[in-house]
Amino acid sequence: MKLFVSDGNPHCVKVLAVLEFTGVKCDVKHVNHEERVVPYLSRPALPALLLPSGTHLFSPNSICQYLIELNGQESSDIVNQWLEWEATELQPAVMQALHMVVLQGKGADTPRVLRGPLSYLDQSLSQRTTPFLTAEMVSVADVVLWAALYPILSDSSLVSGNQTLQLWFERVGMLAACVSAVQTVLQGKGLKAESLKTYLQRQPTTHHGQGQVQGRGTQPCNSPEGGGDDDCVLSEEEIQSAVVTWGKGLTDLPMVPERQHPILPQEGKRNVLVTSALPYVNNVPHLGNIIGCVLSADVFARYGRLRGWNVLYVCGTDEYGTATENKAREEGLTAQQICDKYHAVHASIYQWFQVDFDFFGRTTTKKQTEIAQNIFWRLHERGFLLEDIVEQLRCEACQRFLADRFVEGTCPFCSYPEARGDQCDKCGKLINAVELREPTCKVCSQTPVVQSSKHLFLDLPKLEAELEQWLERSTGSGDWTANAKQITRSWVRDGLKPRCITRDLKWGTPVPHPDFSDKVFYVWFDAPIGYLSITANYTDQWEKWWKNPQQVELYNFMAKDNVPFHSVVFPCSLLGAQDNYTLVNHLVATEYLNYEDTKFSKSRGVGVFGDMAKDTGIPSDVWRFYLLYLRPEGQDSAFSWVDMATKNNSELLNNLGNFINRAGMFVSKFFESCVPAMALQQEDKRLLAQVGWELKQYINLMDRVKIRDALKCILNISRHGNQYIQVNEPWKKIKGDETDRQRSGTVTGVSVNVACLLSVMLQPYMPTVSHTIRQQLNAPPSVTGTLLQGTGNFVCSLPVGHHIGTVSPLFQKLESEQIESLKKRFGGQQPEEEEEAKPKPKTTAQPATTPASDPAAQTAVNGADAERARELTLAVAEQGEKVRTLKGQKAEKTVIGAEVTKLLELKKQLSLAEGKDPEPVLTKGKTTAQPATTPASDPAAQTAVNGADAERARELTLAVAEQGEKVRTLKGQKAEKTVIGAEVTKLLELKKQLSLAEGKDPEPVLTKGKKK
Amino acid sequence: MMALRELSSLEKSLGLKNPNKYSTQGDKKVPVLHSNNGPALVGLVTIATHLVQEAKRPELLGGSAEHKALVQQWLEYRLTKVDGCHKDDIKTILKDLNSYLEDKVYLAGNQFTLADTLMYYGIHHIIVDLVIQEKEKHMNVTRWFDYVQHYTGVRHHVPPVVVLRNRVYTSGHH
Repeated sequence: MKLFVSDGNPHCVKVLAVLEFTGVKCDVKHVNHEERVVPYLSRPALPALLLPSGTHLFSPNSICQYLIELNGQESSDIVNQWLEWEATELQPAVMQALHMVVLQGKGADTPRVLRGPLSYLDQSLSQRTTPFLTAEMVSVADVVLWAALYPILSDSSLVSGNQTLQLWFERVGMLAACVSAVQTVLQGKGLKAESLKTYLQRQPTTHHGQGQVQGRGTQPCNSPEGGGDDDCVLSEEEIQSAVVTWGKGLTDLPMVPERQHPILPQEGKRNVLVTSALPYVNNVPHLGNIIGCVLSADVFARYGRLRGWNVLYVCGTDEYGTATENKAREEGLTAQQICDKYHAVHASIYQWFQVDFDFFGRTTTKKQTEIAQNIFWRLHERGFLLEDIVEQLRCEACQRFLADRFVEGTCPFCSYPEARGDQCDKCGKLINAVELREPTCKVCSQTPVVQSSKHLFLDLPKLEAELEQWLERSTGSGDWTANAKQITRSWVRDGLKPRCITRDLKWGTPVPHPDFSDKVFYVWFDAPIGYLSITANYTDQWEKWWKNPQQVELYNFMAKDNVPFHSVVFPCSLLGAQDNYTLVNHLVATEYLNYEDTKFSKSRGVGVFGDMAKDTGIPSDVWRFYLLYLRPEGQDSAFSWVDMATKNNSELLNNLGNFINRAGMFVSKFFESCVPAMALQQEDKRLLAQVGWELKQYINLMDRVKIRDALKCILNISRHGNQYIQVNEPWKKIKGDETDRQRSGTVTGVSVNVACLLSVMLQPYMPTVSHTIRQQLNAPPSVTGTLLQGTGNFVCSLPVGHHIGTVSPLFQKLESEQIESLKKRFGGQQPEEEEEAKPKPKTTAQPATTPASDPAAQTAVNGADAERARELTLAVAEQGEKVRTLKGQKAEKTVIGAEVTKLLELKKQLSLAEGKDPEPVLTKGKTTAQPATTPASDPAAQTAVNGADAERARELTLAVAEQGEKVRTLKGQKAEKTVIGAEVTKLLELKKQLSLAEGKDPEPVLTKGKKK
Repeated sequence: MMALRELSSLEKSLGLKNPNKYSTQGDKKVPVLHSNNGPALVGLVTIATHLVQEAKRPELLGGSAEHKALVQQWLEYRLTKVDGCHKDDIKTILKDLNSYLEDKVYLAGNQFTLADTLMYYGIHHIIVDLVIQEKEKHMNVTRWFDYVQHYTGVRHHVPPVVVLRNRVYTSGHH
């Protein structure tokens, strides 16, 4: 049993107090507010209790009741009643009150929302003769209510009246369990606890009932323009400490040393090894690949260097495999020549995106062979390899064994029709190519045949126990993204099977074993070893990074489809080799980036590919900004041209660029380019504290690789800055009297220092812009390192008298014409002809979303839908009842009229659903009612449409009758048994289909038959 | 009023012969049970729990400590998350329940409990409004919902919802 709690969360006071009170044995783990402990909830929920059965409890009150129950006490009706009251009545009021008091600084008196509940509680207590809520003794209800009220009632300024309540509160608060829980969670500070504020800021906005709590969403991305201004309430101490930091200046802070290659781990430093998934050499990477791997890793590596960590960032192209062989044949070159050519293409794309690798290598090197073969032999010697005969697909037409990526077929697990030979894009399960149903060769579309040969397997089951131990440690201590943990968990849970590591191909790392001399290593075994061999090509002392888990922290960046290879398979290879290898500590996986709600597709020319980005004329930094702003962190996101223009114009131009430019311009125009004297007033100090707080958040988020969220902190700072300038109007005050002029100077000086801080925070995201700002401000080189040390230091880095350079605008507006033309050029809008010409659009791996432009599909689904018709019939009946009631009550005519209109609308929809009324006007209304989203061209969808189709049911009824007649006739004619049997089978089949069409038959087997 | 209808359905399904006296209190019409032997009980879950005990059906509150906690948790979830939920929350509720029910028959595991009954009543208005594709997207919720509505004696005051058991949108991705 394990209890997860977080700082500052009053609910955690409840459970910790009850835990100690009951003395139940349970591990307690402190985690961050955003930690998603409960796997089935989409939002973080804390506290959470992991039960012995593996299920999680997330309701604090239920956790408390459970602990009490374990202690042998049963809940009574009255305890239940108080707990229910706490959850439904008290909690919403408390949350609203805390929000007002802590975040908005309102309320010197008991917040109005709490008056009702508090006096109810006071009255109930007064009416009792017992010292506690339910009995002579403390019950779980006392502790839960006490903890819920603790932050409010511990502040004497907020409590007035309610004497009995106060006595009860003090009585419960004297329990040792309560004292120590408050100390642990709120540092004994109640409302003043910094951690409470952080907790409240992270609470999602709730739409719930009367408890209108307005908080900053957990994902700032969802409310980019929205607030963040008024909910950051600072205490006097925070403001004072911000002023002290500010006064420190740059002098006593250390410099970031220049990078000197080869970078090697150093004693006493944080040694961080960063890798991004190796891009396959033949594919020009698209924006999704770039954000998923190299760009994300680049931002983190740059950030780490700024923080003064000893960072090594390596990547390279993955070059072996049949795809390369093929490409070579096509272009009349050798495989090596192809790799050379495309490796250069990749390198130049990443260079354009300013991805700052310490080394960008490749897998077709001597080191790769050496290291892969070494690992192979070590696994072999230790008995982790098995031999087995494998059946493989061979295409007779193409005269070769088919690599996984050259076979496509129906997934044996989920029946997805376009599963690849190694993995299904839909259910994510790994597939052996021969298990695919209806396999086809992707080159010639012929059906391949199965042939057998002898292969070697990595014995994953034998390594499973060791793997699980390691996973427990690594996921427990490192920053694994939630999806990475989840994918890994489901893999291990399903049980591991031996995996083949050899292949009948030419272009690969040769297997050194004499019995397998004509084979090469399978890419999944070989490619991750590329990280090691690429490092070995960078420095001979590569083992100092890769065989040094004591000193090195390894971060792997990838898209989520790559997770199993990095969290299960590769670690097994390294564990089995028993050579003290460095294993991944932090596995950072993104979700998918879609392109304008469809999938990037090279073959269809949809989407922006790495090599084209620079032809758009949009600067590399803006690309980086937008991709990072969209980074599919936690959920899929979609690239959209219009959105890109909006974000460029609103966030970069109007917010960030505007602020930095104004700050610089004021210095150069009003103060002859010299930073003016600053006499800080309360308002300036507040800004320092606000900026300092955002800086802390930024560091906090970046440390945990929340790259997208951290970007929002930067934008928040410039928003604060713009507001500050707007309110203080330095451009007006400069024309006023001496006091005004001084004020203008202070505001300008503070602003330009904020701009300087922003240049540093921006460096990982927009290196060129960052550099330009520092040049314009003539910032001392030491700023880059110093501001981000520790938990962040917003110091005055441009002191009075500092001479700045020439200031000029940083960003350009993206015009809508420009965007429209780019959108056309890159296929953002697919012409409908193309859709029709293709029998099977390849968008199926993505959430199926038919462009709204296809009304035919919508009508088809909606048109004759029995299910919907039944629903509507009910709705019509209900609405009719309502109208009759209203009429009976002699309600106002307008009210009745409105309900009648609704009724008529429902009736129309019903007719439509029954396929009676073709009125096209209604299609629109119906579209919203039913987000039908299946491409009409998809055969599966056709079945779908038929599935619950009244029309089809009618046809089938006829068919059944006809077939029945036929069978009877044959029987009458005493036909041969086999003949009759065949017809009976047909009849049964038809009957089954009929049941299915009527939605009656649950038998899944039939689905297949129906598809044909 | 909804809560009172639920309680009356629950009484019927529990086979309680003598109907209790109820009233409501407050803006939110919280149900109150007036009984002859003891103080009034307030709150839907509190009353429902009481009725189950009165009917001597303790298994409906969960067999083990763990199951009891799960039952309590989902009863509370029904009150605090499902009741009066904003339409933007519906997605999250369905998604979370769907992933929770992925490997469970009922809310507390393999045993039917009070949590299923009250969650069923509470979520009914949401499920009724789902189109087929949404139902399929939340396959586990739909399956659970269908079990519960066919569970003997549960469905009283709410209309049945038709659930297709064969998938229609086979290409759906989730």
